[in-house]
Amino acid sequence: MKILVFLEHHGNELQKGSLGVLSKAASLGDVDLAGVVLGSGVREIASPAGKFGATRVYVCDDAALEAPLPQPRVDVLARVVRDEGFDAVLFAQSVLAADIASALAARLDAGLNWDLVDLGVQDGALVAKRPALADTVYVDVGWTGEPRLALFRSGAFDPAATGGEAELVDVVAGFEDFSLAATMIEQAHEESEGPSIEDSDVVVAGGRGLGAPEKFELVEELAKALGGAVGSTRAVVDAGWYPYATQVGQTGKTVAPKLYIACGISGAIQHKVGMQGSNVIVAINKDPNAPIFEYSDLGVVGDVHAIVPKLTELVRERRRG
Amino acid sequence: MKIAVCVKQVPEGSRRIDAATKRLDRSGEGALNPYDAYAVEEALRLRDASGEGEVVVVSVGPASAADAIRKTLAMGADRAVLVSDDAAAGSDLVATSYVLANALERESSDLVVFGYQAADSDGAVLWAAVADRLRRPVVSQVAELRLESGRVRGKRQTEFGYDVIEAPLPAVVAVTDAINEPRYPSLKGIMGAKRKPQETLTLAELGIEAERAGEAGSRTVVLALNEPPSRGEARRIEDDGDAAARIVEFLLEKRLL
Ligand SMILES: Cc1cc2nc3c(=O)[nH]c(=O)nc-3n(C[C@H](O)[C@H](O)[C@H](O)COP(=O)(O)OP(=O)(O)OC[C@H]3O[C@@H](n4cnc5c(N)ncnc54)[C@H](O)[C@@H]3O)c2cc1C
Ligand SMILES: Nc1ncnc2c1ncn2[C@@H]1O[C@H](COP(=O)(O)O)[C@@H](O)[C@H]1O
Repeated sequence: MKILVFLEHHGNELQKGSLGVLSKAASLGDVDLAGVVLGSGVREIASPAGKFGATRVYVCDDAALEAPLPQPRVDVLARVVRDEGFDAVLFAQSVLAADIASALAARLDAGLNWDLVDLGVQDGALVAKRPALADTVYVDVGWTGEPRLALFRSGAFDPAATGGEAELVDVVAGFEDFSLAATMIEQAHEESEGPSIEDSDVVVAGGRGLGAPEKFELVEELAKALGGAVGSTRAVVDAGWYPYATQVGQTGKTVAPKLYIACGISGAIQHKVGMQGSNVIVAINKDPNAPIFEYSDLGVVGDVHAIVPKLTELVRERRRG
Repeated sequence: MKIAVCVKQVPEGSRRIDAATKRLDRSGEGALNPYDAYAVEEALRLRDASGEGEVVVVSVGPASAADAIRKTLAMGADRAVLVSDDAAAGSDLVATSYVLANALERESSDLVVFGYQAADSDGAVLWAAVADRLRRPVVSQVAELRLESGRVRGKRQTEFGYDVIEAPLPAVVAVTDAINEPRYPSLKGIMGAKRKPQETLTLAELGIEAERAGEAGSRTVVLALNEPPSRGEARRIEDDGDAAARIVEFLLEKRLL
């Protein structure tokens, strides 16, 4: 079986998620495993892929691949997959990888399964595991033909350095006109300031259920009373209610505190992947069907505006007492 | 300015997968995918800001999806096209994107707007496949959108911060649920929706071969349904005014206070 893993890079480093997927593919045994790195000035950063199981790394080094945009990458990938006859192409979830995988599926008329958490071989064919419906069902999914495209959930696999050296294979770029139409105007890569929520024993996180940006005060007060940090969701960060540095989830921070209190958070998968490692999860949400209750140790159906201030008061009393 | 918005009807309330067909049970009540209301709202705002043009809603789904579509017309969309065909049931990404792209090609709009994700599939992927089929630039996950002199400019969040991406029209954009606050349909809007043009098309009417849609056109399969790994005991309480006290008890029991 010939498998290709898309290796995403950022700041001159191959991303951990991609290397995790590469390691997983290597562990399947009888595979001809290659990686692919697409970018500008990336030849140097491709080699470490060998350590994680790739025997070859296809490298396309082209100025048109400087910005992390999906469409030009699809052009190059489609050619590599066709020319080299890959049976499967694997991706680790990211904003970029999801768009590439989806467009590649259309280009190659290939099946794409997403949000996968495991991969195996059954009767010589790949089979993957995908949690569905807010993770209440685990579905075994497969493909009816080649190439098989798979997008894995963030953090699905840890990289394991069990491999050796990889041979670098240069790939010449070639682009469709529409693929170069979108351009990156600006990239603002905010670094976080202040105490990190990643190091805190307690995280009290607020979501859109707080109803208004000023209501974050409720969450801040509770966090202060518990000696913890404040977290947030992408919905409130993108809406400008709270800073990006506090966002928990797939495109934010991954936290694993002793206690995580989710206030007015629906519990979307992309949020879950950033906090499911917490020891104890308490959720307050007025919707009894909110997905967050599926993975909370204590689920409280109720209004954050009524419950959180009272809780803060009680915690303060305890602490004083 | 002609804008097409892609919307989907999703099952309302608790969802289940039919053990026999291994497909999502779509027999119960359906509703407009909540994330798609933001896409409709953004399209309406762009239309109204430009002072002319139309917003056409395009959907692939069962005949019952007409209900969800009516909501978008009540919000203010001008017209709707629903592709509905038994042969399209069970379409995966490849098949859905093919059908949808064909329907969109027929409209040849300046802009195609997608929602954030379908609440039933959690895909957040369809737009890229459709854009590839339409051979148009795509800007995804847009939280702030601007349209100026024939170009769209979108700000979006990634794992590393924010990107600002620009593309010339005709283009495809997907917007997040942070981009606006969708309006509620007014009574007048609801009444008026009934009179707006609503077309239902079969695959044949779009010139789509049956083997490109539904299970025949799909390249992925569901093999088996399994129980999720168990998580140990989880407790659930309803707030009767004493929720705060009961959370404190719980935290004490877990030695977290
Ligand atoms: C590629 C991608 C990456 C993403 N990355 C992230 C990420 O890193 N982090 C992240 O968080 N999300 C991420 N998301 C978004 C994610 O899918 C959800 O949209 C987001 O997490 C929702 O945030 P929320 O829970 O605050 O808002 P909503 O989903 O709107 O939920 C609000 C909740 O509050 C409840 N509520 C309302 N009023 C009250 C009240 N008075 N009292 C109690 N409860 C109330 C509601 O019942 C609802 O459940 C990503 C999405 C994609 C597609
Ligand atoms: N059947 C469909 N018909 C039309 N548009 C759809 C359909 N399914 C999904 N979409 C659009 O694609 C977006 C992303 O869906 P998905 O990738 O399935 O999560 C949705 O928010 C809709 O805008």
